Amino acid sequence: MEVSVRALASELHGMFIGGFFLMAVFGVIVELLRSKYARQPSELTTTGQSLKGLYLFATAALGWAAVLLGAYVVYPWYRAIPPAGVASLAGYPQRLLLSRPGTEDWHRIGMEWKEHIGWFAPIAITMVAYVMAKHRLVMKKYPEIRTALLVFALAALVSGGIAGFFGAMIDNHAPVKGGATIHLVTEGK
Amino acid sequence: MNDMQSLTAGRDDTSGMDVLPNGAAAAAILSAGIGCCALGILAVVGDGSAVVARWLTFYMPTGPLSGVTTTAIIVWLVSWLILARRWRSKTVAIVKVNAVAFALMGVALLLTFPPFADLLLGK
Repeated sequence: MEVSVRALASELHGMFIGGFFLMAVFGVIVELLRSKYARQPSELTTTGQSLKGLYLFATAALGWAAVLLGAYVVYPWYRAIPPAGVASLAGYPQRLLLSRPGTEDWHRIGMEWKEHIGWFAPIAITMVAYVMAKHRLVMKKYPEIRTALLVFALAALVSGGIAGFFGAMIDNHAPVKGGATIHLVTEGK
Repeated sequence: MNDMQSLTAGRDDTSGMDVLPNGAAAAAILSAGIGCCALGILAVVGDGSAVVARWLTFYMPTGPLSGVTTTAIIVWLVSWLILARRWRSKTVAIVKVNAVAFALMGVALLLTFPPFADLLLGK
């Protein structure tokens, strides 16, 4: 069982970090909704507050890790320009998509939307995490702030979801692959 | 300046112990909208002009995306810093701040949608 370094980085970016990020954002939304409709707001212990802060920090960190790994490691492989006279475009996903009328919109709409909209997610969730962690009393006093956090958390989920959807679909049609091969399991003789 | 003043209630709320100013949280909310909108505007401008795209290429393998996102993050953090310093001890009109932040986020989402950006650029 083996995998190329590029394919592994791509999966790490999308399925692992990106996937966990979306799940974590969903958790933030559930917590915001729970506190919005709680009859008697519950008070967390000091340890509970610390754990909540850690969860919020990890959520934001996952978002930044996903976009940074995507933009600075995987994306350069995706947009690599093939040398003249290359026989196969398999190692050049962007060019491969653009070479066929049936797939070019996966780049022109899918990737061009994904590469920008994905960044809204960490910006929005960092703000949400900061306010939830640092301004708890203000959130209680001004319910409009909780509403704003809910809207931005939903925006993070939608923008991250759009980026994830197009990432998965593009990877179906023109996967990022190549580089060194990693042997995950070596068959015994 | 007037727009900025209309968002603030125009009072310093540090005098009363029972008063909890919302300015710092409002600054975070509005700056997130500003940062996202800046990203949307830069993405369209970079797509529409080869010269701007070249300026925005901070890291060659990633292309203009590197400059678009880095500049937008700087705009977001600087606007957050400025607003937080101005509103730190104030209570602002949070409903208006929210409305502006949501509008900025909406514009940002639209600007990054390639068919809409192409329409704006006349492509």
